[in-house]
Amino acid sequence: MSTPPAGIARLLPVGPTGAALDLRSLADHERHFGPLPAIEGPRIGHPGSMVHEIERAGLRGRGGGWFPTARKIHAVLESAAGRRAWSAGRKPVVLANAMEGEPASSKDAILLRHSPHLVLDGIQVLAATLGAPSAFIAVHRGSSVIDIVTRALAERRDPIVIELITPPARYVASEESALAHWTGDGIATPVFLDRPFQRGVNGRPTAVQNVETLAHLGLIARYGGEWFASEGATSAPGTSLVSVGGAVSSPGVIEVATGTPVAEIIDRCNGFSGDVAGFLTGGYGGAWVATDALLAAEWSPESVSAAGGVIGAGILWALDARECPVQELARIARWMAGESAGQCGPCRFGLPSIADDLDLLATPAAQAADLHRINARLPLVQQRGGCKHPDGTARFVTTGLHVFQDEVAHHLHGHCSASIGAGSLPIEHPRRTPVPLPGRDFR
Amino acid sequence: MNQVHELRLDPTVCDAHGFCVEMLPEILTLDEWGYPLLASGTLAVAVPLQLLPSAKKAVAACPVAALRLVKVER
Repeated sequence: MSTPPAGIARLLPVGPTGAALDLRSLADHERHFGPLPAIEGPRIGHPGSMVHEIERAGLRGRGGGWFPTARKIHAVLESAAGRRAWSAGRKPVVLANAMEGEPASSKDAILLRHSPHLVLDGIQVLAATLGAPSAFIAVHRGSSVIDIVTRALAERRDPIVIELITPPARYVASEESALAHWTGDGIATPVFLDRPFQRGVNGRPTAVQNVETLAHLGLIARYGGEWFASEGATSAPGTSLVSVGGAVSSPGVIEVATGTPVAEIIDRCNGFSGDVAGFLTGGYGGAWVATDALLAAEWSPESVSAAGGVIGAGILWALDARECPVQELARIARWMAGESAGQCGPCRFGLPSIADDLDLLATPAAQAADLHRINARLPLVQQRGGCKHPDGTARFVTTGLHVFQDEVAHHLHGHCSASIGAGSLPIEHPRRTPVPLPGRDFR
Repeated sequence: MNQVHELRLDPTVCDAHGFCVEMLPEILTLDEWGYPLLASGTLAVAVPLQLLPSAKKAVAACPVAALRLVKVER
C-alpha cells in the first residue's frame, strides 16, 4: 500500500498556499495519491476481498442516506446470485451519482473539478469488487463538470469502461431509482417497488453510489480501511464534504472529519456574516433547525438528527435573519412542487396546494385558517408517494413552520419583520404547478 | 403467526378513477385531490376478514390495476 496522507484534507488535498490542489490530470493524480492497486474480483456470490477493507473502514454513503457501503455491496451481490444462470440480468452495474440535484449543494462538482480521477478510481474499485462489467457516471445535463469528466475519462486505460451519461437536470432525477430508470430506459422518473439493488439498470442489480463515497473508495483501496477509520466519528468514520452557504463570511465546500462540532465548521467559514434566523440542513428535502440547537451538534448523521436536522448530502445553509423566512418557505415549496415527476396524485396536486397556502401565509394578511389548512394537508402528502419527494418537501415545510413560528405569528398579526427581500436560497428555472403529465421533461 | 390480508396501492399507477372507494368505503376515502386515502395513511392497509370480499371488488374495479391484495404474516 502507498504511504497514506496525514490530516483531514483527504478528498480535497491542499497545497502550500492552503488552496485545494488541482489534480485533474492523471499524472498529477497518481503522483499525489500513488497508483491504484489491482482489485480482486468476486467469487460466486462473494464480493472481492476489498469488501473487508470497506467493512473495516465503516464507510457510509455520502449521497444523503449514509447507508453502509459494504452492506449495499452484499445486497447487490445477493440479488445477482438469486438470478437464474441463463438470465441476462445477472451481472451487476455500477452507477456513480454526480447529479447533485440539491441546489444548495456543490460538493460533487467541487470534488470532480479537483479530483475527477479519485472518483473514477472508486468506480473501478466498486465495479471490480462486484464483478460488474459496466459502469456509468451520471452528471446532470448542462453541468459545468461534463468537460472535466470527459477529459479525465479520455486519459485513462481502465479495465472496466465507464460511460458518462447526462440525465435531465431535474430534482427527482437524482433519486437512485430515477437515475437507474434513466440509464436503462431513458426516463428519469422514480420507480416504485423495485429498488436499484434488486432491479436497476435494465433490470440488473445496480449499485448506485454518490461520487464522494466513490472517492473515499479510491482512498480505501490504496491506504486500507483502518487508515480510513482513523479520522472521524465512530458511528460514521472518515471525512465529509460540507456545502456551507447563506449568512457565513466564506461560503463554500469544506472537508471536515465527521464528529467535528458544527460550530467549528462555521468558524472554518470565518463565522457568520450577520444575524442568522435558523439553519437549513440536508437541502430542500431536509429540515430546518434552530441556530443554537445546531451549533451544539456534531457533524454526524446521529448528532445532526438528534438536533432535529438531516445531515443528508452535507448541506448547511444559514438563513439571513433580515429575510422573511416564511417567504423563503413559500418560494422553495413552490419550486419543489414544480420539480415533482407528477406520477403520484398527492405529490402532483398536494405540493402545489401547500405552496398556495404558504403564499398566503407569507404575507402580513395571513389568516389562522391558512396555517390550519397547511397543517391538515401536510400529512396527506407524506408516506403516499412512489418516492420520498413529497415527504422531503413536507419535512422542509413542517420544520420551517416550527423553527420560524414567531415570524408566522407576526404575519397572523399583520406584520412582517423582514428588512430585506427574500430569495437567497438558490433555485433554478421554477416550473409551473401542478406539473403536466408524468414523464414530460424527464427524457 | 397470523395471516393478514393487506391492500397495497401503487401511487405511480393510480389515476384517481375512484372506483375502489365506492367498493370499500370502510377503509378507503377520497382525499381532496380525488385520490384514494387508505385508512392507514400510507400505501398499505390491513383488510379485516369481513371486508375481504369488498377489497377483492375494489382491486377488480381499478381500471389501471393500481391495487393488489397480498397475504402477509403478522
